[in-house]
Amino acid sequence: MNIHSIADHLGKLGDNSSTGLKFDCFPISGDVDVLQVNIEGREELPIFVSVTDNQILCISYLWGEDEVKQEKRMEMFETMLELNIPMPLSAFAKIDNKYVVYGALSIKSSMEEIEDELSLLSDNCLEVIDEMADYLN
Amino acid sequence: MGILNKILTAFRGGANEVGQSIVDANSTRIFEQEIRDAEKHLTQAKRDLTDVMAKEMHAAREVDRIKRAVAEHEGYASQALDQGNEALAIEVAEKIATLEQELSEQQSANDSFTAHAARLKDLVKKTERQLADYKRQLTMVKTTESVQKATATITDSFTSSNSKLLNAKDSLERIKARQQQFDDRLQAAENLEAEGSDKSLQDKLAAAGIGEQKTTANSVLDRIKAGKK
Repeated sequence: MNIHSIADHLGKLGDNSSTGLKFDCFPISGDVDVLQVNIEGREELPIFVSVTDNQILCISYLWGEDEVKQEKRMEMFETMLELNIPMPLSAFAKIDNKYVVYGALSIKSSMEEIEDELSLLSDNCLEVIDEMADYLN
Repeated sequence: MGILNKILTAFRGGANEVGQSIVDANSTRIFEQEIRDAEKHLTQAKRDLTDVMAKEMHAAREVDRIKRAVAEHEGYASQALDQGNEALAIEVAEKIATLEQELSEQQSANDSFTAHAARLKDLVKKTERQLADYKRQLTMVKTTESVQKATATITDSFTSSNSKLLNAKDSLERIKARQQQFDDRLQAAENLEAEGSDKSLQDKLAAAGIGEQKTTANSVLDRIKAGKK
């Protein structure tokens, strides 16, 4: 399991993904290889996939600390904690100064499970921004 | 200090600068070596345990055997006494004394093996727990490290391509607008199609003389003529 096998699978799907979303993959090489997955029509909010020794991490950036209305920050945190469990298969996190939603999968996951995770994560990401827009500048 | 605490301290200490590793590779390697060493110790302890348990079983069997021999010889001594053969009885009694000495030695060896086995079982359990905890901690460290590196990769890629992540609300607006456009186009196409099928039905009805008829010059003239009468 690596980002290239994931890219291969998503690339071959074309219009036939189980959720109807169309994926475009761009591998980015670095210390840790990352796969940028763009979803057609949602290119502004890509998902970044990396594969480690024991898990597959799918991360979608939500917003930066600078976009948060500082007086509503605590309220935003509470909402995030409250939504964390109801939000299917994804959770909130913060990396550096950016808030993200992410999903972590076992390295033994099937390609179909990865595909579902990516679709769900993208849907969650859109919904979260829509839902939490009041906390943002 | 727990590993979570170390990770948080490193974050807050500014180790979250892009490219700066939270845990230096060297200490991760040392940690991995410690885990491998602990695994080796565990294997050794399990082997030792098997050994000690085998010795314990052997000692227990010996204790049983000697106890049976003592009982047996006591019977012989009694029989010798019954026959009035004191000399033989003493000889048997001497044998019993030797056996009892042996029994006491075997019994103490057995006790010591039992205690040793219990200690080793304890050690194995403790080491296994410790090892599981080390592995969990290592996973956390490595995941943190990997996420940091992945973030650096993503950031570098955005910097080098001169593109930047849009702010969240703008991104969502653009996605929604595109979706709306798509929906509108779909709706327009549907409307067109609906109109098309509606029109062809109207044409067929008109041809069959059913429904609202077109006003023609003749029909107007007929109406005027009718009014004059």
